[in-house]
Amino acid sequence: MQRASQGQDAIFRGTAGGDVSLKDEVFKDKKSVRGTPNASLPAFILGEELADLADHDPRIAVLTADLAVANRTNDFKRRHPDRFFNLGIAEKNMMTVAAGMASCGLVTYAATFASFCAILGAEQIKTDCAYPGMKVRLIGHHSGMSMGFYGTSHHALEDLAITRTIADLTVVCATDANHLRAILRESVDHPGAMYIRLGRGRDPEVYPTVPKAFRFGKAITLRPGKDVTLICCGSVVRASLDAAEKLAKHGIDARVIDMHTIKPLDTAAVRKAARETGAILTVEEHNITGGLGSAVAEVLVEEDRIPFMRHGVPDEFVPVGPPAALYAHYKLDADGIAKKAKALLKS
Amino acid sequence: MKSAAKKGSAVKKSIAARGHNVSSAMLADRAMFVRLETLRLARICGAGHYSSTFSAAELFAALYYAHLNIDPKDPDWPDRDRFILSKGHAAIGLYPILADLGYYPMSELDTFTRLGSHFGDHPNMKHIPGIDFSSGSLGHGLSVGVGMALAGRMQQRDYRVYCMLGDGELAEGQIWEAAMAASHYKLQGLIAIIDRNQLCIDGHTEEVMRVEPLEQRFRSFGWEVQRIDGHDFEAILPALGQLKPAGTGKPQALICDTIKGRGVKRMELSLQWHVANLAGEDYDDAEAEIRAGLRPLAKRGKKRGKN
Repeated sequence: MQRASQGQDAIFRGTAGGDVSLKDEVFKDKKSVRGTPNASLPAFILGEELADLADHDPRIAVLTADLAVANRTNDFKRRHPDRFFNLGIAEKNMMTVAAGMASCGLVTYAATFASFCAILGAEQIKTDCAYPGMKVRLIGHHSGMSMGFYGTSHHALEDLAITRTIADLTVVCATDANHLRAILRESVDHPGAMYIRLGRGRDPEVYPTVPKAFRFGKAITLRPGKDVTLICCGSVVRASLDAAEKLAKHGIDARVIDMHTIKPLDTAAVRKAARETGAILTVEEHNITGGLGSAVAEVLVEEDRIPFMRHGVPDEFVPVGPPAALYAHYKLDADGIAKKAKALLKS
Repeated sequence: MKSAAKKGSAVKKSIAARGHNVSSAMLADRAMFVRLETLRLARICGAGHYSSTFSAAELFAALYYAHLNIDPKDPDWPDRDRFILSKGHAAIGLYPILADLGYYPMSELDTFTRLGSHFGDHPNMKHIPGIDFSSGSLGHGLSVGVGMALAGRMQQRDYRVYCMLGDGELAEGQIWEAAMAASHYKLQGLIAIIDRNQLCIDGHTEEVMRVEPLEQRFRSFGWEVQRIDGHDFEAILPALGQLKPAGTGKPQALICDTIKGRGVKRMELSLQWHVANLAGEDYDDAEAEIRAGLRPLAKRGKKRGKN
């Protein structure tokens, strides 16, 4: 039995890629871990980046719901204590408070686990943030099944489906640390409310530097290709790029598009990919119902009918397991994605 | 629409200096105006939240004509007091006041609820000057108020934030999340005005979901509490006058005992008029009754569970 008292530090201890055997998991750590090992987590830059932005912008305020350690908003608190508000384990209140603050001219960033952000607080996002057009940036971190063995209550495989049906809400997925920096910088002056979906802070690197070309609603083509396009987002972008390399060895030239903004969707990029590569595989760490795959399918069905397949988590609750094992189980690692692409091209 | 009209009524001109020399008789006239306009607007769409609005008519009048620090010529004035109508279904009574004060022409209300109107059953801040926050989903307003009060502190503004809550919506958990946060952050400038009109849709609150003892509950959450008769200006005005300014003390609750449907006898503490339509002779009778002014109540509702 896993002892509950190990707390949230354990969230960060699984490896982000590669196979994890049971043996490795149990015996990897030789000493106890107390608290969260900050030094080993360079990827989660949320608090520091927001603090940097706040140095030059008095409008920025940050809220969380008893997760300042897990989401690094404590880094913001350290530098801007007067602009940081912990609302306790009361997520709905936090989101509406953020909206109330935004109505007074502030730009508020409210962060909590994606499951308790976009799913628990869906109505607050709709009614208090998006509908009045408040500049609230809802940050749902540890999205998808990245909380692994914490189980279904802590997974968010429905959040894109929920948020992308809310009018006037921008929905964007951060790919890695530098990509998140770009999103946060662009978000300050972006109109209306926004849902920013993050992984667990150990997402493998895709962007070695902050992508200067980043714009909301404008997909980034990471790899050219003519045989098939992998349209992906968030945590599985790295695996999709790796899959493209594997496909290349089999003579398949795969294009890879980081479709970071789920709403508004870059429909032009989808149609261009359909025309130029003739087949599309969407890849996402989300239920295949309602997320990126569905958004792309809507474009394809209405515009360009080509071989198309959605790849993600099937419509089921995920079994318990370490994150890396779950990615392999659902073929969301490079090998799995490459296999799916080959199957699509054979279909 | 967002451009405030400058046309105001004679009444508005006479109360231009709010907070000064506003008589109870004048305020009673404005409460009557709220009730009459509610009748008129409900007739446009054939359905209105009469009784929830009538219970709040005196509170609306006292706040808007005698208390709030606002400027109808500058609806977005950053230092204004905020008012959040958490029980958004009473907006039908608030719209006429905002028109009367000059936020927009009274004629705009003729479109009430019709296709494309700015004025729906629940208020939309994006379209209506003077509405500080959109509402309609119960249980959210106090959280909005916490946010506005925190923002005021961050921006070093000393406005106060008033949030009108229904008693039925106190069953929403988010209210208590906000109540906890308000006292935690010592938001003295946040004022909850509770329209304790005794009924929710399905019955008396104490039968559907008990909210009493309200004073104890708010006090135990760290609030200052006053409890008054919410239809009596001689009680409302002193209570508002006693409210402390924005600062770092306890948030303040004003529990206002009211009668749902007050002013039209058939509606008083009746479950039939939460959403309803008055037509024909019924409409005329109700109008005549309202114009006659509030009659004294022999005894108050039996379900009030004071503590």
